[in-house]
Amino acid sequence: MTTDTTDTDLPDDVARVIGVLQYEEEADFPVERGYFWTYCSSAENGNPLFWDDAVAAELTGGPVAPPSMLSTWFRPHHWAPGRAEPKVPLQVHFDMKAAFELPEAIMSDYVMTFYEPVRPGDHITSGQKLRSVSPVKTARVGTGRFWVIDVEYRNQRGDLVGVETWTGFGYRKPDQPAASNEATR
Amino acid sequence: MTAATTGSRLLGDVHVGDSLAPLTYDVTATTVVLGAFGGRDWRPMHHDHKFAVERNGVRDIFLNTTGQAAFFERYITDWTGPRGRLGRLGFNMRSPVFPGETIEITGTVTNVETDATGCGWAEVEFAMNVDEEPRATGSARVALPTTPDDNPWARRGERWVP
Repeated sequence: MTTDTTDTDLPDDVARVIGVLQYEEEADFPVERGYFWTYCSSAENGNPLFWDDAVAAELTGGPVAPPSMLSTWFRPHHWAPGRAEPKVPLQVHFDMKAAFELPEAIMSDYVMTFYEPVRPGDHITSGQKLRSVSPVKTARVGTGRFWVIDVEYRNQRGDLVGVETWTGFGYRKPDQPAASNEATR
Repeated sequence: MTAATTGSRLLGDVHVGDSLAPLTYDVTATTVVLGAFGGRDWRPMHHDHKFAVERNGVRDIFLNTTGQAAFFERYITDWTGPRGRLGRLGFNMRSPVFPGETIEITGTVTNVETDATGCGWAEVEFAMNVDEEPRATGSARVALPTTPDDNPWARRGERWVP
């Protein structure tokens, strides 16, 4: 099923944000090396680049983060002072669910492209860009729309460090009433 | 030869159709929680059994996106060695992976090339299977040294085209 084709008859409030960088924000915390090791531990990744300072110095001029943990650097704290509700990552995804009144959603495809390495102490800024929204489609789980969202990450020098591309499918189950807003994601 | 060059695969060692050695791993609840927390994913379906069952309608907590990405990155760089530098990694999650299951990751080289900047690249298609059923499939584009002295990690700016 093709998911990266934009519907030409979208509501104005959706059409006008396609290709526009939104929700630019700096991460809640500087990049921490401890997360590198937790992440590597989860898959028993023994790549010496992440564990041996001499190898990291030789290859990359010092420690770098495993590239695939890119999204780690924009996930907010679960709680922070002054915050009553948990902050949601990938806000554009939730905006699309709300715009089309689709109570359920799943993420299907996920692609990361890596540029400058992420290093301990970096301050990462992210921004989200809606790339496309499909016409209404019916999939196994229900009827709704696919949308494709890019998340761009830059370090404190403005260097692009990576781009994530998420494909989401917002949908309503066949037996789900129009007023239901209980979400799975 | 240094620690970083030992075991690093060169582009000339790689051919279309090559199979990567399978990686098998017994997934536990700890695996799921480590993958989620290593990626700062606090959503309850990756640590709260009751939530996963009652809200998501699945039988247990399950590997999250970053947890799967961590395994795919390991799989590719176990094969390349530390000088292998990922340019792109993408996958499609077909169905969840639960504690108590054994994953097997398999992969095949589908393209080998040198780009206009002289950077060597291999494309690998992979799958994460449980009992031979693919739970996730995807591909990686990884830079490999073209000579014993080459280091893809040294590339910057216009010399790095992932």
